[in-house]
Amino acid sequence: MLKTKVIFFAVLVFCLTVLSTPVAAEQSTIRGDVIASITLPFPQDQNAKNYLGLTGEGSFTISQIKAQVVIIEIFNMYCNNCQREAPRVNELYQAVNKDQNLKGKIKMIGIGVGNTPLEVEVFKKNYTIPFPLFPDEDYTIHKATGEVRTPYFIGIKINADGSLGVFHTKEGGFQNPTQFLKQLVAASGL
Amino acid sequence: MPKRRICYRGLFTGAIALLCLASVTYGVSDTLKDNVYQVEQLKPIDSMPKLKVGGKAPDFTLPAVAGGKVSLSQYRGRKNVVISFVPAAWTPVCSEQWPGYNIAKPIFDQYNAQLIGITVDNIPTLYAWTNQMGQLWFPALSDFWPHGAVADKYGILRSDGTSERALFVIDKKGIIRYIDIHDINKRPPLDDLVKELEKLTK
Repeated sequence: MLKTKVIFFAVLVFCLTVLSTPVAAEQSTIRGDVIASITLPFPQDQNAKNYLGLTGEGSFTISQIKAQVVIIEIFNMYCNNCQREAPRVNELYQAVNKDQNLKGKIKMIGIGVGNTPLEVEVFKKNYTIPFPLFPDEDYTIHKATGEVRTPYFIGIKINADGSLGVFHTKEGGFQNPTQFLKQLVAASGL
Repeated sequence: MPKRRICYRGLFTGAIALLCLASVTYGVSDTLKDNVYQVEQLKPIDSMPKLKVGGKAPDFTLPAVAGGKVSLSQYRGRKNVVISFVPAAWTPVCSEQWPGYNIAKPIFDQYNAQLIGITVDNIPTLYAWTNQMGQLWFPALSDFWPHGAVADKYGILRSDGTSERALFVIDKKGIIRYIDIHDINKRPPLDDLVKELEKLTK
């Protein structure tokens, strides 16, 4: 009888542990130095420049973004799941900006893998995406980040010394923007 | 059976059921990607061209997924036409190409162009496949029977019965203005198509 009870409680604890683990959490295999090596062209749009806190011309790196945390969405304009997720990603952006404790600390960018500037623009216009998007026409960034399936989200912390740490990755849609933001904030230590 | 034991068994079953339910919930978002059949690299082009830019586009009438039939000639004198042949439903590149065009409608409208999608699949297959793309604004046509007859007329029927990944731009007079028989393994960039549409009279 005692043995049955022990087995029962072991199974119950296991089940509860699994259920209480956020299904979206994944172990990151993308290293901070890989993200640090990414270079992106300065946005043409002044609003995008202002949002990212960038000044100058040419190209920039993620560590130059004026933020403590950067969320990168790896997407593809042609990807059906990215299209479905776009309104929720916009909600995530709005949720960050509505929270006075997070506004300015978390910035978002999107990288369109295999997309030309025109294709990225089509995606941006169609879903009225408020954060800057960048093309990765020749898949350079996609390859560097392990050719992940889209949409894919990477949470990056910009450390005081300018180094980058990947604290969260997520393949696929996140369903609930508020919940996802909570997870990101908790994982980032903001 | 003692009540306590029944209670334990009930709780145990409940916990297992919850565990199973959690797995199902997690799997939902991944269902679609698992339905796309992965193919290896194929011979880039496996057909002999039959048509030329400047020539008349062969007319056709094919059944549409949305019901009814669509003919190329119904657009004559009214709209430019872009025909997008894709090789097969539920394959990697094809499953993305049309969703991309689906959000690019303003570009087609800008050049008074009607997009027509064609595959050699039958209507039920096309129905299931295009349903997961959301509401398409352009007709998706089935060139299933006689199998690939239109693809053959356009010189893009491959030896395995699928079609090439090809784009034809046809002006309002029914004249072919652009042909892109693309590497089947790659998606044609939207930019190339837009450049050709810019050359047309609206």
